[in-house]
Amino acid sequence: MYSRTRKLPYSLAINEALHQTMESDPDVFLIGQGVKSPWYVGNTARGLLDAFGPSRVIDTPVSENAITGAAVGAAIAGMRAVVVHPRIDFMLYAFDPIINEAANWYYMNGGKASVPVVIWGIINRKGEQAAQHSQALQAMFMHVPGLKVVIPSTPYDAKGLMVAGIRDNNPVLFIDDRCLYNIEGEVPEELYEVPIGKGVIRKEGTDVTIAASSYMVYEALKAADKLEQEGIRAEIIDLRSLKPLDEALLFASVKKTGRIVVADGGWKTCGVAAEISALVYENIFHAVKAPVIRVTLPDTPAPASAVLEQVYYPGESNIIQAVKKLMKI
Amino acid sequence: MRITNTTLRDLYHSMLRIRYCEESLVKPIESGEVRCPVHLCTGQEAVSAGVCAALKQDDYIFGNHRSHGHYLAKGGGMKEMVAEIYGKETGCSRGRGGSMHLIDPQVGMLGSAPIVAGTISLALGAALASSIRKDKRVTVSFFGDGATGEGVLCESLNFAALRRLPLIFACENNFYSTHLPISEIRVSNRIFEIGKPFGEQSFRVDGNDVLQVHAQAKKAVALCRRGKGPVFLEFLTYRMHGHVGPDDNIQGSHTDIRPKKEIEQWRRKDPIVKLEQLLLKKNMMTKAEIVKLKSLVEQEVREAHAFALKSPFPKKEELNKYVFKD
Repeated sequence: MYSRTRKLPYSLAINEALHQTMESDPDVFLIGQGVKSPWYVGNTARGLLDAFGPSRVIDTPVSENAITGAAVGAAIAGMRAVVVHPRIDFMLYAFDPIINEAANWYYMNGGKASVPVVIWGIINRKGEQAAQHSQALQAMFMHVPGLKVVIPSTPYDAKGLMVAGIRDNNPVLFIDDRCLYNIEGEVPEELYEVPIGKGVIRKEGTDVTIAASSYMVYEALKAADKLEQEGIRAEIIDLRSLKPLDEALLFASVKKTGRIVVADGGWKTCGVAAEISALVYENIFHAVKAPVIRVTLPDTPAPASAVLEQVYYPGESNIIQAVKKLMKI
Repeated sequence: MRITNTTLRDLYHSMLRIRYCEESLVKPIESGEVRCPVHLCTGQEAVSAGVCAALKQDDYIFGNHRSHGHYLAKGGGMKEMVAEIYGKETGCSRGRGGSMHLIDPQVGMLGSAPIVAGTISLALGAALASSIRKDKRVTVSFFGDGATGEGVLCESLNFAALRRLPLIFACENNFYSTHLPISEIRVSNRIFEIGKPFGEQSFRVDGNDVLQVHAQAKKAVALCRRGKGPVFLEFLTYRMHGHVGPDDNIQGSHTDIRPKKEIEQWRRKDPIVKLEQLLLKKNMMTKAEIVKLKSLVEQEVREAHAFALKSPFPKKEELNKYVFKD
């Protein structure tokens, strides 16, 4: 399909998306705290400043509200802005420009002005970083009309969804887990898009569907391998986009398997898994043989102590347990 | 400062259009034909007219909840604005926005929104876009004294100054943040001094004197175009109606706590009367010309209402249109 691919870590796949989109479109620019510092944004901004200069690669004061608003305003004025928040927790200061302004702008102005902006928030789970450095807030943004939300798990998708987000004419929340930054995968050298709103089947199966995103996809894959040894064939769906959600792919899989576990790295109440459960019950109730099980964070802030972290973060074993419960094993 | 007769007449015309259009909305609001929240800017016309006359058509402005004047002065269509206020499909925001969401990108009016201070950072971004593109445009952010209580103003002042952005912070100080007098929301009422710690040229202007407004705005625009921005301008002015609607009749109670004497004092400083007197005194317009101009504006306003009233409402089946752009 692609002329040449090679292995790249997730962070450099994002980096390549930024290089190539900025090279091909002078309206694209990157703004945010720490774009000059790998300590903040890993390798994702490597070489951008040298290649495109300080007018298009803009490091900023700690002013999330104004800087996000500036990205939104620049987009309204015709640019394609990417604003990065190295810790998504700090992005909460920017709820106003994201929700009141960016999400509503196109609608409340009757389609007269759109907001092509990528709002990129990095989740920093684990590492004893505690409650204000570890939050996974994807569900909050899914709730809001006018926002798209993507959450890639592989380097291939990280590049393709960043490119698609930059080229989209709407505000796109690009949410990623820093713990994936060193994961390597095949990435085409050329500029390509992964379509927003399309999930992908990572592993085919017939007994149970496991819908997951971001790092939970890897936990689900590990769980599926172990389950296979016990004769249970799980189908893994990597959602990739949370909004719009690939309902067709999800429903087709659940109709085939009759069972679904949703594995999400966020909280349980009103979370991604809650929404997917509701969609399944609302649309294909008769296809489901057993109640949906949600594997999520508990409704608890992230703890610091590693001992508590071990029980806080769900993983492979929780997924296996959920599947066995569904299969009545 | 030299100012041509044409400019003076244009400023007068611009203020008249705003005033007559604002006052034409009073009856439809009271009768319930207009239902959305309407924040009238009667009394503050000189700021919109004077500032926007200093801009080129492709310069940008962002407004707030009280932005009929900004939109009209920048060149937005009156018919489309009135239709928007009536919630019609022909409105500038196709009936999805109402009075608080006025936009006309063709003339550089990039939008308005009622989250206090919410558009300041958007204007910051438009100015940033100009600095990246080097297109020499200037952006004006219109906000009120109430917005000085929001942190995003300070964040924006700092970042604009750091990047020397072509941005004018235009604060219309009408002395009331909805119901609260300025003495109850700020330790100092010298708002223009907010710009100084950031090294910005900052001025206080009589916002009811359109000539002063225009002169200061022209200087500020020139500074911004020369890369000497941002500039902070505080305009002292006063609204002649309540915070929202013709009066502050919120759920039947009169909530405008402003002293009657104060309102009367400001009525005597009406910016339109002031310029009218000057035009007559300097023989720049005759009484007959003024009468004629007023009747032309009245006609434009009547036509705008007629257009709005005969326009269709948005189709119910198009409720979900414009959530996302393709």
